[in-house]
Amino acid sequence: MRSPTIGLEVHVQLNTASKMFCSCPVEFGASPNSRVCPVCLALPGALPVLNRQAVESAFAVALALHCQIQSFSQFHRKNYFYPDLPKGYQISQYDVPFSRNGYLMVETEQSKRRIGIIRVHMEEDTAKMMHGRSITEHATTSLLDFNRSGVPLLEVVSAPDITSAEEASAYLIEMRAILRTLGISSGNMEEGALRCDVNISLDGGTRAEVKNVNSFRSVRKALEYEIERQTALLDKGEPVVQETRHFEESSGITISGRTKEEAEDYRYFPEPDLVPLKITPQWIDAVRQGLPELPEERRRRLHEMGLFPAEATTIANAPELARFFDRTLSLYPNGKEIANWLLSEVSKTLNARNCTIDEIPLRPEDFAELLQLIHRGTISSKIGKTVISEMLATGKGAGKVVQEQALGQILDLETIRGWVREILAQNPKEREAYRQGKDTLFGFFVGQAMKRSEGKANPELLNRIVKEELDSDE
Amino acid sequence: MNPLLQRPAYEILPMLSRGELSCRELVEISLDWLSQTEDRIHSFLTQDGERALAKASALDQQRSKGEMPGPLFGLPVAVKDNLCTKGLRTTCGSRILEDFIPPYSATVIERLEQGGAVLLGKTNCDEFAMGSSTENSAFFPTRNPWDLERVPGGSSGGSAAAVASGQVFLSLGTDTGGSVRQPASFCGLCGFKPTYGRVSRYGLTAFASSLDQVGAFARNVRDCAMLLEAIAGYDPLDSTSLREPVPPYFRELENNPGSLRIGFAGDWLAMGLAPEVERTFHRALDTLRGLGFTIESISLPHSHYALPTYYLIAPAEASANLARFDGIRYGLRVPGENLKDLYQATRGQGFGAEVKRRIMLGTYALSAGYRDAFYLKAQQVRTLIRRDFEQAFGIVDLIAVPTAPSTAFRLGEKVDDPLAMYMADLFTIPISLAGLPSLSLPMGIERGLPVGLQLVGPALAESRILQVAWRFQQTTGLHDLVPPLAEASRA
Repeated sequence: MRSPTIGLEVHVQLNTASKMFCSCPVEFGASPNSRVCPVCLALPGALPVLNRQAVESAFAVALALHCQIQSFSQFHRKNYFYPDLPKGYQISQYDVPFSRNGYLMVETEQSKRRIGIIRVHMEEDTAKMMHGRSITEHATTSLLDFNRSGVPLLEVVSAPDITSAEEASAYLIEMRAILRTLGISSGNMEEGALRCDVNISLDGGTRAEVKNVNSFRSVRKALEYEIERQTALLDKGEPVVQETRHFEESSGITISGRTKEEAEDYRYFPEPDLVPLKITPQWIDAVRQGLPELPEERRRRLHEMGLFPAEATTIANAPELARFFDRTLSLYPNGKEIANWLLSEVSKTLNARNCTIDEIPLRPEDFAELLQLIHRGTISSKIGKTVISEMLATGKGAGKVVQEQALGQILDLETIRGWVREILAQNPKEREAYRQGKDTLFGFFVGQAMKRSEGKANPELLNRIVKEELDSDE
Repeated sequence: MNPLLQRPAYEILPMLSRGELSCRELVEISLDWLSQTEDRIHSFLTQDGERALAKASALDQQRSKGEMPGPLFGLPVAVKDNLCTKGLRTTCGSRILEDFIPPYSATVIERLEQGGAVLLGKTNCDEFAMGSSTENSAFFPTRNPWDLERVPGGSSGGSAAAVASGQVFLSLGTDTGGSVRQPASFCGLCGFKPTYGRVSRYGLTAFASSLDQVGAFARNVRDCAMLLEAIAGYDPLDSTSLREPVPPYFRELENNPGSLRIGFAGDWLAMGLAPEVERTFHRALDTLRGLGFTIESISLPHSHYALPTYYLIAPAEASANLARFDGIRYGLRVPGENLKDLYQATRGQGFGAEVKRRIMLGTYALSAGYRDAFYLKAQQVRTLIRRDFEQAFGIVDLIAVPTAPSTAFRLGEKVDDPLAMYMADLFTIPISLAGLPSLSLPMGIERGLPVGLQLVGPALAESRILQVAWRFQQTTGLHDLVPPLAEASRA
């Protein structure tokens, strides 16, 4: 089998308050062309002003990817005509990107490898173009929504270090986890907040670029298809054409776009409307100080706490879950137990409601209280499940639920003893059998007594009393 | 012509502020004169008399309420049509923007408004400021008030002609390679191109972003200082605008600039100069000597390469700046079979020959395989030109040079010869490439046509330039010149 060489170009939409070069809000789902101004519509005379928050978000990503941040950086104009590009050029970075030479650790079932990052640079998004038939049905029309025009983008270019479709997928998942942990992007591929172009070649072949790969699944499928296609070509002794291909979501195949000969000449030149960016070590340090714990570190910490790798990954890769975990941990210092409850009962609800933990009425304080109630024996684990589902449904605190529904365990020895005696009295045959040596009936008595208590008897006390009462028979 | 219109703005301003003359009255007089002269001069692409009168009345009311009058209170002004004016058509002298009404105003327009100026309209210019005669306007040429058979210069020819003919007291132009200074020279005015970044470019339709500056036209240095002071200063909407505070140019005008050394570059004169211009220039140097300044010879050896350098950098930037006129969002749209057709038809019909020529030049200069030899080389030469000036300003305090190689030429004389037209900016372009402040002011009248002198300073030396220029004008009397058109009408 010919081994593939894969590089990924990832575009990340930043969730800054305003756009890259104007003060229009970055807002998804706003009514079309309602978040626009002279700058992002490219009216005559409008000028760009660089968004500081976008630059700092870019620094954060570069630092998380272990990149070197340059002390001097510049924007360039990338010239081409298309209706979604209002200025007729995109403000981007060319030969002086603000950061280079980093890496991302990528783990698959087979390996854990360092994938190089060649560069991270800043640019602006285009408008959104939608094609459809006009109401007259004579001609097709295209509609443009400039709300997206000028939204800050980062382009992250990996080295051609990736060797399988699985690894490419793992790279993207790790990238998304970092972006979400930094809080600078939703990283949502389906919504276009994370977009991916794929470069792939096989041993002895030339490279093809696949554009428009817009889900994790598609990246895998596109790569698998390309490996198959290029292998077949090379096996037949035919060359792989260096070209841009497009991935078709519906059919799962890639189709030929433009070849290298037809490649556009973008006529890059320095953007004269922006002054070069001078980046001081102090500025970078300030951003570095504000960086949160990154997914890799966080996974390690959780693992050391006794969580299984899968548990650690699930929590570490979802920043809101990790935040919830850590807040609970500060109140109830048993990570393993927190994870058990979080990833079972709570996750079930999250999945059922298709939402994140920030969107349900469960507070870490209440969650920690629940775990404490179980730990202290006020309620059993079983009752705990009832309590948490009530908490998730109503947003009430654990203590309040227990109190309201009288779910607290009964610790009163005489009450429990009363129930036990009642059960023993009702089952003389079994009692006799036990005395004859049928020890397995012990559980039967405990179960019956627990039922009698409506599940509220403290299991340890119940056990002890059943034993005492049975033993007194001898 | 009402003699009020020939008086300096700095004399009219106190009359307006004190209420001796109402803003409404003055605007009516100006509009009346405008209507009498406009069919001969064609300074304006769009007049806005109605709103001007309303604004004047509003100003009068403000004054009667005792509100503090702004620095340009009630003065009728005009602005070049490549500056965006909210709700008022802004064509840039191009068919492609023939019906374009901006939803916002340029920063300089807002500053004029806040200063109390009354905008009478938008003035004619070469299409997208590309030209030196205003003949590249897609609509009509403007005539020089000194000789209606001659051009007013360009590209801000309309703004220059409007002030020279007395239609307005002050106007704004824009200067990329000489488009304020050269028409000022041709029309007998002061035309100031400030240091790059001194005045906001926000709302100025970009031609060549690294060179464009808004400039001021006036009939004397004092008025010019007043206008410049009103529009200069940092603008957060323009990343290239300078944060340095603006000195009080108007108040500092009477300050003694001291015994300055003024440089004169002999090698420039060798680049080609009409004899009458050279003669006048030497007389001007004598005047400066007489004022106590020392004249010293300096060398600016790379200026010879300024013209080709400029004609690579400016078109390169223009090729990108004009890409937004694509028929998609605003302006002219000529339908086509497909997207490419639409682009070609729109831009093919919307742009004039000179604009297309420069877009092609610029696109070529930036193309793969040519970029290094043309665009990058030009940037390197630009650095050398800039260094020439830095070195020169180590020796002298100002540089004096003629504004243009000739006086106003005849309409049609150079329209078919782009190179000859480009030569009209021979002495203004090197200064633009260096981003330096430069004022053109009249240094003589030769055969009935004004001749302009440029005073060039180091970055942010606007005040020094104005002080020297003011002394020069007081000595020579070459201020508030009245062209024959206005003179004849007075009779």
